[in-house]
Amino acid sequence: MNVVYVVTVGLAGLIAAILGGALPLASRVGAAVALTWLSCGAGIAAAVSVLSSGHVISLSTTAILPLTGVTLVLNPLGALFVISISVVALASTLYWLGYASHGLDTRSASSALPLFVTSMLLVPFAASVATFLVLWEMMALTSLVLVLTDQSRREAARSAAQWYAVMTHAGAAAILLALILLSAHSGGQTFADIEAHARHLSGAVRGTIFVLALLGFGSKAGAVPLHVWLPKAHAEAPGPASALMSGAMVNLGIYGIILVGNELLGGGPVWWWLLVSLLGVVSALYGALYAATSSDLKRLLAYSTTDNMGLVLIALGASGLFGAVGRPTTAAIAMVAALLLLINHSVFKGALFLAAGAVQAATGTRDLDRLGGLMRRMPVTGVVFFVGALSVAALPPFNGFVGEWLLFQGLLHGLPTSNTSVVISVAVAVAALALTGGLTVAAFVKATGIGFLGRARSIEAAEAHEAAITMRLGAAALATLCLVLGLVPMLVLPAIERAAASAGRVSATSATGGWISLHLLGLRGVLAPSLLAGGLAIAVLVVIVIRRLTHRRSHAWPAVNPVEPWGSGRKLQTARMQYTATSFAEPLQRVFDDVIRPSRDLDVSHFVESRYYIERIAYHTSNDDVLERHFYRPFIASVRWWGQRARRLQNGSVHRYLAFGFVALVIVLVVVA
Amino acid sequence: MSFRFLYQTVVHPRKVVKDLGDAPTPQYTAATLHGSLQIRHVDAGSCNGCELEVTSAFAPVYDAERFGVRLVASPRHADALLVTGPVTKNMVEPLRKTLEAMPEPRLVISLGDCAHNCGIFNGAYGVEGSVSDVVNVDVHIAGCPPRPEVIVETLRGLTGR
Amino acid sequence: MNGLTHVLTQVLVALFQVAAVAVGGPLLLGLMRKVRSRLEGRAGAPIHQPLLDLRKLFAKQRMRPRDSSWVFGAGPVVLVATVVAVTAVSPLVSASPPLGQSSDFFAVVFVLLLGSVLLALSALDTGTAFGGMGSSRSMTIGALCEPALLVAILAMAIAARTSNLPALVRVGISHPAVIASPARILALASFLVVILAESGRLPVDNPSTHLELTMIHEAMVLEYSGADLGLIILGESMRLVFLLGLFVNLFVPWGVADRPGVLFVGLGLLALVAKVCAVGATIAVFEVFTAKLRLFRLPELLAGGFVLALLGALTAVVR
Repeated sequence: MNVVYVVTVGLAGLIAAILGGALPLASRVGAAVALTWLSCGAGIAAAVSVLSSGHVISLSTTAILPLTGVTLVLNPLGALFVISISVVALASTLYWLGYASHGLDTRSASSALPLFVTSMLLVPFAASVATFLVLWEMMALTSLVLVLTDQSRREAARSAAQWYAVMTHAGAAAILLALILLSAHSGGQTFADIEAHARHLSGAVRGTIFVLALLGFGSKAGAVPLHVWLPKAHAEAPGPASALMSGAMVNLGIYGIILVGNELLGGGPVWWWLLVSLLGVVSALYGALYAATSSDLKRLLAYSTTDNMGLVLIALGASGLFGAVGRPTTAAIAMVAALLLLINHSVFKGALFLAAGAVQAATGTRDLDRLGGLMRRMPVTGVVFFVGALSVAALPPFNGFVGEWLLFQGLLHGLPTSNTSVVISVAVAVAALALTGGLTVAAFVKATGIGFLGRARSIEAAEAHEAAITMRLGAAALATLCLVLGLVPMLVLPAIERAAASAGRVSATSATGGWISLHLLGLRGVLAPSLLAGGLAIAVLVVIVIRRLTHRRSHAWPAVNPVEPWGSGRKLQTARMQYTATSFAEPLQRVFDDVIRPSRDLDVSHFVESRYYIERIAYHTSNDDVLERHFYRPFIASVRWWGQRARRLQNGSVHRYLAFGFVALVIVLVVVA
Repeated sequence: MSFRFLYQTVVHPRKVVKDLGDAPTPQYTAATLHGSLQIRHVDAGSCNGCELEVTSAFAPVYDAERFGVRLVASPRHADALLVTGPVTKNMVEPLRKTLEAMPEPRLVISLGDCAHNCGIFNGAYGVEGSVSDVVNVDVHIAGCPPRPEVIVETLRGLTGR
Repeated sequence: MNGLTHVLTQVLVALFQVAAVAVGGPLLLGLMRKVRSRLEGRAGAPIHQPLLDLRKLFAKQRMRPRDSSWVFGAGPVVLVATVVAVTAVSPLVSASPPLGQSSDFFAVVFVLLLGSVLLALSALDTGTAFGGMGSSRSMTIGALCEPALLVAILAMAIAARTSNLPALVRVGISHPAVIASPARILALASFLVVILAESGRLPVDNPSTHLELTMIHEAMVLEYSGADLGLIILGESMRLVFLLGLFVNLFVPWGVADRPGVLFVGLGLLALVAKVCAVGATIAVFEVFTAKLRLFRLPELLAGGFVLALLGALTAVVR
């Protein structure tokens, strides 16, 4: 039965892609969505059976890839990822039904999206190097097609797709190298073979493999400094595609790191995990800072993805660190925190991107400086974004809070130790967590407040209509899940515990509890999220009742009077007098000026007749990614320069080309001998 | 900072504060304020003489705060609008807007002869009229400028303290 | 029956704590204003004046800006509700408050943060420039306060091996040496800086300024009237009392009721009142002699608080 599920996942996705490409306009999206749902459902069924029974599902065949064969194995870790991807995919494809009319009903999009979902679902199943790489590549290509949707009208989409294509393939090259090194030294290319032989590898080889895998998978997850593609691609991708990319694809980057670091290589020395933590700290701070100073809604969300993946990397690094110095309890808690943060991120980031997609569809713009007042015009989307924003900011009673709490507890209880590297890294991690938390709160207050509240700053925002019913349902489903997971984290914790255990080197259970509270085993730490939420709800009701009761109704004035806002009595108050996203972030930007280094351009033009009379002042400021500006662009420029110089080697003479070939052959023969 | 200094200022302050006697009977029943009055001040065009007296009324000697009166920054927080000066042409709209921004129950207090009948600025080209020409006035404090004791006594009549 | 009486006593203690803080908040506000007035040479309003102000405010008309949404009305409600919720479960009067074992310091901080966030969002909902300004500045300060606050909690929690709030207070009662440890002193110094920043007291923010461009917290509430304004004033004063109450119970925990019984709870209340009034009066005296810092000097102050907390955390580890 389980094998049937696995086959259904792949087959349904494939048929969905074919139908999406072949059917006429009226039915292609519906058919593709229905079959994608079937695929996701089968994935969930397979994952649930693995998690509940503890047995793995395996399937191998040489039918599809004749030379290497396809090996699919689902262990609890993979099952967890399959479930989280399926949930986001179910909501996003439902949303796609309503969004399709905005450019996503073309043949290419209708076949790429189901294929994208299926390849993401199958990556956790992959159990051999060839299968993994084929699925990875398929995932990258289909998402590239999705980013390029409607690209004839958008120049930025083409540029984003270029960056994405190059960086994802560079990452894939690093992963390829790492996996090839592993299989070369293990004599077989299935993960089972690799695991069996991995401990015989020398420390230097293991280190190289881990660093390559970290770079490749980290780039996919959006770790700084390899994150540059993420704000571009995730911002330019259409609504459901960006939700899938941020909510599901980045998870696979983390899956890859856990796969190579914990499962295949079976854990490593302290410096590996210090490196992971360092990447995490830098990503978290960088992502949070850029999210706080960004005025493009989807770019803000994309940088927030980098931030959250940084938090997950911090948790992973802490887990490995504690495991390497011999503290299994806190290692377990940190690993559980990492996986919980990841699942929470999928859910709330999916909800946020779906809401942002609805806003973009309704107003035609992603620029926060041109939005506003949308909470009244698009109430459901507004509430979804509000819930998502509170979840990202890790505020109770939503799910982000439980993950952060668990991470703090893991770091806190790991601290009484004599190992200096652990002490310093944990202290730095806590400080980084706190600062990113604060910056994230600022970023999302800005996004929600400027984007949805107040008055509309442009005509498009003033005339926005609420999204279609399927779009609302998809987004609201994820938002409701944010609340449910925040109230009852025990729904997912047993599954996460199993997954963490199968990732190796961690103890079986670290946190337990019933529907009400969460206890840490062996340590003193208790959290009662549902009680907290219940207490808050009761307090809110009490306050509302008191407010009603104390109001004197005996007078002629209305209970709540809608009036003009108070603007110091000035005669004309327009919507443009409100704060914009840029002005909201200005104090933070000033504080972190040296890091962000925004480019400022002031152009003052005078009247011809006199230097003292100014005709026009134009001020231009932009927050380009500083790493992109100072490293990537010079690097690309230098590559281009070397390329230009290398053209001189190609002077058209066949003799010279033959000579090159001869020299290369001689060198290869010498090296191989 | 010595203990003697702290004692003299916090525990047993020198009697700068003037004793102004018992509370007058509440004369104005337009507002039942329960001993708390928040005032928003608007200068509609005065010479600042009345403002100096208001400042003096809230300063150490006359100290209107001990009777429950406080100046606030926003009309939404205020119960009473204290207007000084004749209303100049440019201040008509802002004054009306300030009054509209105040929640009910609300009062308007006009302070000084200029607020009552334009005083020495009667007929000037920039002046629109007196405060009662623009908004409904509930309480008037006469004088050019009115003495701080008179101001405080009127305010005490509102709070009943 | 034993279970029922236990639950009943817990509920009563919770209600008692909430009522104490709800009445004590405006009274503390009045006390601080009185101390400031005295130092300025005036007599000042009586200490119970804020209670009279609130009574009047709750009976006034409520107004909302024409283009605002439900968030505008939700801001004050959530602000007060969050403070009420954390007050009920925190060790203010008793060292074993209701639901004490789930009363986690991190949870308390994040619940209070929820209140601040809703207030900032409702300020943006007003559609005025002042609301945006107050919200922006408030969030900037909040973002820079977080590291100091959370590392201070870490510093205190390392030594006690838990971040459970009643446990932190109890460990101070049972092992007085913990209170004199450099970790806790540094952490509490940092906590005090954060309290001043979060409650909008000088030198971070002048609560009685009339100049909109100098406002941080006041700018967010310029648009509120009537019961909404009353709730905000109540919520802010309750938050100050709550934070100061935590501060004194972590620094000077003697007097907190560590045994059940009406007498002990009463003594606990008296001790709390005395300690909070002392700290509040000291802050008021400090405010009279301090000028407000420039907005862009605040990161330096908060970074200083962070360094204190970090030193505290490091000394807690390296014992």
